[in-house]
Amino acid sequence: MATVGRALLILALVVALYGVAASIYGAVRGRDEWIASGRRSVYAIAALVTGAFAILEIAFLRSDFSFATVASHSSSTTPTFYKGAAAWSSQEGSLLLWLWLLSLWSTLVLFATRRQLRRVAPYATAVLLGFAAFFAALLVFKETPFQLLAVVPAQGNGLNPLLRHPSMMIHPPMLYSGYTLFAIPFAFAIGALITRQVGAADWIRATRRFALGAWLFLGIGILLGARWSYAELGWGGYWAWDPVENASLLPWLTGTAFIHSIMIQEKRGMLKTWNVSLVLATGILSILGTFLVRSGILDSIHAFGASTLGVPFVIFIGVLIASSIGLVVLRRNELRSENRLDSLLSREAIFLLNNLVLVAMAFVVFWGTFWPLIAEALTGTRRSLGPPWFDQYTVPLAIVLVLLSGIGPVIAWRKATASNARRNFLAPAVAALGFGVVLAIFGAASRPLALAMFVCGAFVVASVGQEFWRGVGVRRAMTGENPLAALRSLVARNRRRYGGYLVHVGMALLFIGVAASTAFNDSRDVRLAPGQSVRSGDYAFTYVKATSRIATRAGELEKISFGAVVDVRREGEHVTTMRPERGFYPSRDIEGLGPIGRFFEGEATSEIGLDAGVFGDIWTAMTPDIRRLAPTIEEGDRVFAAAAGKLSPELEGQALGAALNGIVEKYLADRPEATFRVISSPLVTWIWVGSIVVFLGGMIALWPGPDAARRRVTARYAARVAEDLGRA
Amino acid sequence: MPPARKRRIRLVVALSAAVLLAGALVYTSLLSSNEAVTPSDLVSARTGTSYQLTGKVVDGSVRSTSNGVDFRVRDREGTTAVPVSYSGAVPDPFREGREVIITVRKQGAMFVGERDSLVTKCPSKFTEDATQRS
Repeated sequence: MATVGRALLILALVVALYGVAASIYGAVRGRDEWIASGRRSVYAIAALVTGAFAILEIAFLRSDFSFATVASHSSSTTPTFYKGAAAWSSQEGSLLLWLWLLSLWSTLVLFATRRQLRRVAPYATAVLLGFAAFFAALLVFKETPFQLLAVVPAQGNGLNPLLRHPSMMIHPPMLYSGYTLFAIPFAFAIGALITRQVGAADWIRATRRFALGAWLFLGIGILLGARWSYAELGWGGYWAWDPVENASLLPWLTGTAFIHSIMIQEKRGMLKTWNVSLVLATGILSILGTFLVRSGILDSIHAFGASTLGVPFVIFIGVLIASSIGLVVLRRNELRSENRLDSLLSREAIFLLNNLVLVAMAFVVFWGTFWPLIAEALTGTRRSLGPPWFDQYTVPLAIVLVLLSGIGPVIAWRKATASNARRNFLAPAVAALGFGVVLAIFGAASRPLALAMFVCGAFVVASVGQEFWRGVGVRRAMTGENPLAALRSLVARNRRRYGGYLVHVGMALLFIGVAASTAFNDSRDVRLAPGQSVRSGDYAFTYVKATSRIATRAGELEKISFGAVVDVRREGEHVTTMRPERGFYPSRDIEGLGPIGRFFEGEATSEIGLDAGVFGDIWTAMTPDIRRLAPTIEEGDRVFAAAAGKLSPELEGQALGAALNGIVEKYLADRPEATFRVISSPLVTWIWVGSIVVFLGGMIALWPGPDAARRRVTARYAARVAEDLGRA
Repeated sequence: MPPARKRRIRLVVALSAAVLLAGALVYTSLLSSNEAVTPSDLVSARTGTSYQLTGKVVDGSVRSTSNGVDFRVRDREGTTAVPVSYSGAVPDPFREGREVIITVRKQGAMFVGERDSLVTKCPSKFTEDATQRS
């Protein structure tokens, strides 16, 4: 099967290269049959890569350890769900996932536009196939997922326990969907620049949903990563300004700017240079994000350095940047605005300001992420920036951004008058300021930036709420519907607008959660013996007793866990009981390790204790002190070494089970101390709830409305008329 | 005011603001950043200065303390090592032999790690594995 998989990838590479040539030849010569052949190349690549991906997935699900990547990243005891997802935990598997998603999204857009954009689409097809050829070449020549092992091991290394979390399994497909979907507006923008169609609205309309989908998927991917960090990594945070996190944030920020400013081009014919630059930058930053995780050029939580992909990626990104800049400069005449800004008090001006803030944020994040390289070039010394530096710029910018997201949806196009500004902003502003005064009285004034974020967030919720209220009122007056039916039909008639409003509310909730949980978080690290307590915020955490257990899976010992029972009280009242623990997985590298000792030389993961609530979270993690077990472990390993070859495998297994039971009992009997991190943090849940609201709003905006269906029918009819005329 | 002049003034104001912001960015970056070093660079470390140390945790060097761990960090390729003391819970992937990044400050003979600055590189992703391939 591996040979078939490899052959499919080679074929995909050949077809991609053919498709690039066919599309360009067809576009230059005006030969429709070559253009169609180029488009069909994309469909063929989707089929070929789907086949290759299916072979890899089957190998993982069947635990076929003759595949090197399966042996390295899975095992027969890995749960089935994680076996399926382990395919993209490797370098080669993740590249294959990237190519597969790109081929699927490219197929979707080219099928949807097969009767439209006759001049732009062939060049866009060539660009998309160029991307596909690059990734297929990496998979054929650099990192093949179909490498076979000379000696097939009986067992694989297993998926890293840290990655065994549902959100981490969905995170890569979401992230890569975002990256690959951003390749679509990028490709069509290149096509529009080449054919001098950049001012036309049709390529923007055709790719708008893909840009929005990219933004949504990338955003959800980033948030799933944050959730994983919070629930799995044992440090209690969700964002650390790590280069890998920043790499995914960059295209999201410029993509957010693009999906706002493109509305100004559609409505007023303005900002064409800005928009095309944004969409090209977003596409390139998506590739940069993919590259950064694999390059080794920056120090990060993710292990880098051994990859051989740096040079091809740098060349590829260099070509993309050079050709993008070249095309924008060559087409500067076609990119002139048709109108000018009428007033600074207009929706255009607010959107422009929103764009400047988003691009400024992206620039700050880019600068901070690449500062080690910039500093080395400027001073000869590599230097790095920590979270406080990022916070000092991004926090004020985020406050302004949230405020603008409350103003933008309700301010008038072209020029807002005093009376319409009063009508739209008076009530939300009064509500938000009143909310701020109440919060200040209750102590929020001690953190002015957080208070500013709460006020701005409240303003967004109030202004969007007012829009829904008015819209429902108008519908009810027109149709006599009940409020719920009026709301439903209001949203259904303008999904993009009201879906967008919901996204703004979700983002406001999310930022309120971030501000509160950052400014008012109380985190303590402390070493406790059973019976001792520590306070965090309003809560007293008492380490009641130690726990320990042995977990088995598929008849094999999976891990040994040492934990604690923690009683949490508030003003003497019992709130909850938590059971954080640390699981120790046996090392697969058994050379020089005893059968007991290897359990403490493998990976260790924290299982946190979490009590999440609307107003705040209580979070604990613990590190057991297992030093007192060391002599027992060494003694046990010596006994097993002496008995080597004298016991049957069955007896040896029983003896090992008994020895490990002895270890866990000894741990309990010792009444061990442990190091705890306890955190009380307000409104963390708002981040996740805000994310869900953003997702729902995004889905509503993405969902095709009745007008889209009408346009499709009209387009089909127009295409048929054109065909008939051509025949006549 | 003629529209062309108005546009020119706007452009000058915008460019001036951009230059000022860029200057602030460079200044604060130089002021706030820590020198990225390896253990052998720390031989000439100054007391009280923060450094971002990158290296590997020396085998057999990890000792639990009353509120955290003490360990030694060595060069990626080499044997020069420095002692590090870290308070608080260590990240899950932290182990002997693993590569770590930590912000440290020299105090006497010891390098004391800043809270929450210890990062252990995730060993799972995108590394060349040592498995023998055909």
